Amino acid sequence: MDVGLMQMQGRLTDYMNSLFKEGILDSQYLELHELQDESNPGFVVEVVSLFLTDSEKLLDDLSRDLTQQNVDFKRAHAQAHKMKGSSCSIGAPRVKNACIVFQNFCQEKNIRGCLRCLQQMKQEFVLVKSKLEALFELEQQVVAAGGSLPKMQPINPSV
Amino acid sequence: MTMAGEILRRQSPAEVDVCGGSAQELHVLAVDDSLVDRKVIEKLLKRLSCKVTAVDSGLRALQYLGLDGEKSSVGFDDLKVNLIMTDYSMPGMTGYELLKKIKESSAFRETPVVIMSSERILARINRCLEEGAEEFLAKPVKLSDVERLKNFVMGGGEVCSDRRINKRRLEENNDRDDGHAPSPVSPPCSCDRAACTSSSSDSSSPSIAPSSSKRLKIHHQG
Repeated sequence: MDVGLMQMQGRLTDYMNSLFKEGILDSQYLELHELQDESNPGFVVEVVSLFLTDSEKLLDDLSRDLTQQNVDFKRAHAQAHKMKGSSCSIGAPRVKNACIVFQNFCQEKNIRGCLRCLQQMKQEFVLVKSKLEALFELEQQVVAAGGSLPKMQPINPSV
Repeated sequence: MTMAGEILRRQSPAEVDVCGGSAQELHVLAVDDSLVDRKVIEKLLKRLSCKVTAVDSGLRALQYLGLDGEKSSVGFDDLKVNLIMTDYSMPGMTGYELLKKIKESSAFRETPVVIMSSERILARINRCLEEGAEEFLAKPVKLSDVERLKNFVMGGGEVCSDRRINKRRLEENNDRDDGHAPSPVSPPCSCDRAACTSSSSDSSSPSIAPSSSKRLKIHHQG
């Protein structure tokens, strides 16, 4: 049983490290984990779930906004700002960066750029969503097996 | 205009004694339209044993503080807010506009107000600091930021940090550049702040034209 748990914890750590390496998550995600404690053990899942739900809706809104006759670039810029903010707060840098590029296209009123970039934002969102869901799944397995979540530190490639 | 040094050194142990809850408990009003960010800032503050009231707009913040012009039945003797942390970009009323209203009030003009933003636009930062904001914090806000803030509000905390925009440094740069926009954030101030003079000759720092709306490309320390 112990060996099984250790293996699970090892898989979890490896998975986390791969997410950092790929830039899917950054140290802000770890900051959130630092805040999680016994008084609120579901804090990270709660905040991430909020981000995922909000972002999904924002992406839908943006898809609609960009197909309007007269595209409201200001509104689209503001929507992307929201998503940029929340992705930054949970530590999802690739989503954040896609939002920044999108905002630049909005400022240029470049509809084709916006549409292309929206696809990018969607891709990054789907990616981080699936990775986080897999991560939570692994965490649940560890906790269910009676283990504690290992302390995580990202491997810094420049070190 | 008072010297930045005076403002930064302003300590109010008397206020701490009468704040809500125990003598050590700070009551913080957090203002952010993002639910995700509200949850995070709330958690950060609670982790540091602060009492938190989180609202989603500048208008709600004014309502809470009784500054919205409505007759309020809440006695202000009961309402002790030791620190206000507000996001800058909010629909309706920006953090800057909220800051102005707070500083115009007699009840809360002495309450430290901190602006948070994911964007570091120098003109914006300047405006907020000149209007009396205590700090301009880069998002995502970290536990260490809030810890430092708490120490500062309770008196005697270390003010200078490389993650902050130091009001004094911006003023010094302003003087040096004769009206041009100041240089971007300077390297960490490691000296005693009372002795901090305008001797830093950061000729390597680029200056930005006042009319530029370009974002500062400051590498955000992770």
